[in-house]
Amino acid sequence: MAVERKVPAIIDKPMNFCPGCGHGIIIRLIGECLTELGQDQNVIYAIGVGCSSNLGGGLEADRLHCCHGRAAAVATGMKRVNKENIVLTYQGDGDAYCIGIAESLNAAYRNENITVITINNTNFGMTGGQMSVTTMEGQKTSTSKLGRNCDVTGFPMKFPEMVASQFNVAYAARGSVDKPQNIIKLKAYIKNAIEAQMNGEGYSIVEVLSPCPINWGMTPSQSMEHIRDVVMPYFPIGVLKERGEKA
Amino acid sequence: MAKKMMKGNVAIAEAAVRYGVRFYAGYPITPSSEIMEYLSWRLDEVGGAFVQAESELSGVNMVIGAASCGVRALTASSGPGISLKQEGVSTLCDEELSAVVINMVRYGNGLGTLYSSQTDYLRETRGGGQGDYRCIVLCPYSIQEAVDMLGLAYDLAEKYRVVTVFMAEGALGQMMEPVELPDFIETKKNYWGFDGKYSYKKIGIFDRDSMKEAVALREKYAAICENEQRWEDEGIEDADYVFVSYGLTGRSTLGAARELREEGYKVGHIRPITAWPFPHKAFAKINPNVKGIITVEANATGQLIEDVALATKKAMENNVPTYALPYVYGIPAIKDIKEDFVKIANGQVREAY
Repeated sequence: MAVERKVPAIIDKPMNFCPGCGHGIIIRLIGECLTELGQDQNVIYAIGVGCSSNLGGGLEADRLHCCHGRAAAVATGMKRVNKENIVLTYQGDGDAYCIGIAESLNAAYRNENITVITINNTNFGMTGGQMSVTTMEGQKTSTSKLGRNCDVTGFPMKFPEMVASQFNVAYAARGSVDKPQNIIKLKAYIKNAIEAQMNGEGYSIVEVLSPCPINWGMTPSQSMEHIRDVVMPYFPIGVLKERGEKA
Repeated sequence: MAKKMMKGNVAIAEAAVRYGVRFYAGYPITPSSEIMEYLSWRLDEVGGAFVQAESELSGVNMVIGAASCGVRALTASSGPGISLKQEGVSTLCDEELSAVVINMVRYGNGLGTLYSSQTDYLRETRGGGQGDYRCIVLCPYSIQEAVDMLGLAYDLAEKYRVVTVFMAEGALGQMMEPVELPDFIETKKNYWGFDGKYSYKKIGIFDRDSMKEAVALREKYAAICENEQRWEDEGIEDADYVFVSYGLTGRSTLGAARELREEGYKVGHIRPITAWPFPHKAFAKINPNVKGIITVEANATGQLIEDVALATKKAMENNVPTYALPYVYGIPAIKDIKEDFVKIANGQVREAY
């Protein structure tokens, strides 16, 4: 049966992302999943600081702009008192994995029944492209001018792998927006993550590899190729923990 | 209801449940830990939620989450833990969310000590975190007053959509007194709380008008200053000297003031119950020919003295001297306060302002 595709009502406003940015695709997918699951009038967003903040201005939904890095803690408070609502965090890699690593890890550790969406564009986008914990080895950023030296800055952090292997989480996956086939897969990951929360299975996370053409110094299409050629080999996409695997 | 002998922190925690608190998140720290220990099991009994957070920072952000859903949320800590919470307190104020933060004050800078004290007066009364905001600050002088005032703490926080800081000395949490607990109130969700349906509209973060918000903020704080000053005073209309002190230190000072009266000294006492808004109105009742105003404080450098000097300047016409008696930590003994008062009366102590 043919299904009408339309912009989900809760995100039908312009947002201020750069040309070629991946955020818009991901926000749209989340909106579509919520609508298809009948949850678009039953959702609270805990929004991070950084490029993810742009979501707040465009949403017609309950949302709180959290302190930098603390979205997983804020979402914990929301979900514990509003168990019937879907609670989503929407953050970037700098927010969730650098300044917010304690809040992010501990929410996964407690297996909070929330859904975490983290946009990994391998740098701090909003503040002008500084190095993040996900910055690739050798990647030039405004705080790693000669390319990231992992001997002194550490290697790119694989957060979903950490929580999938070490903690008793419900669902973990990594997707990408580099091409339509992967966008379709990504949508399935996001839907699974929200369904896991709806069923009370516990913590679900989807990390999304997303382009940052402005700070990468690339065209939008070069950025997509960069994801495929450089980022994805280190950050493989796919389901890292299937639903039902949890102990 | 009959009075029951209770430890301060436990009585406060049970009172919180009775006043409708249904969420607590925090991190253990002496001398406030019994509050979270008690609520860790008690909230479960009444259908509330408790989270032992990985840090004070995370704890206060969980409180933000619960408060954003319109639930009465609480966190408690002391000294360095309250410092970590300031990011969240500033955010609560920015988002106009209501919550209560209990500070069982302990002495010292940095990691500090476990001694009961009043070292956080300036921090609490000036907002504490980044930006330009105030919290209502309540400072109880007995366990009974603490228990009675916790409901007021939430009522004020919700009326003005601010944070109420419950500033008590560590000793108040640790000591025991006979106390009558309040009745249970019916819990309610604040109208601004999230329900997932976007029932309460918000302005997008990039559409906010800081100039307009500043006007509203000034009006709100002016209303709080006008309406919410609370204090107790005794013997100030004919006093030669007036003591000003709050909390347990205020209780001890009141004892000293009464004994000095009996010994023939015309002294009075003002005990601020709200540290912010500071009870400026109390000073209008002071004898216009008063010789000096004296703060009694449990800190190293004198903090309350700054507000007292301002209030004195505003209320008095003839440059009345103000003196600070900082006893560092603990609760100053009546005997010591009396001895130091005599030194002031004899001109042996230099005024602060």
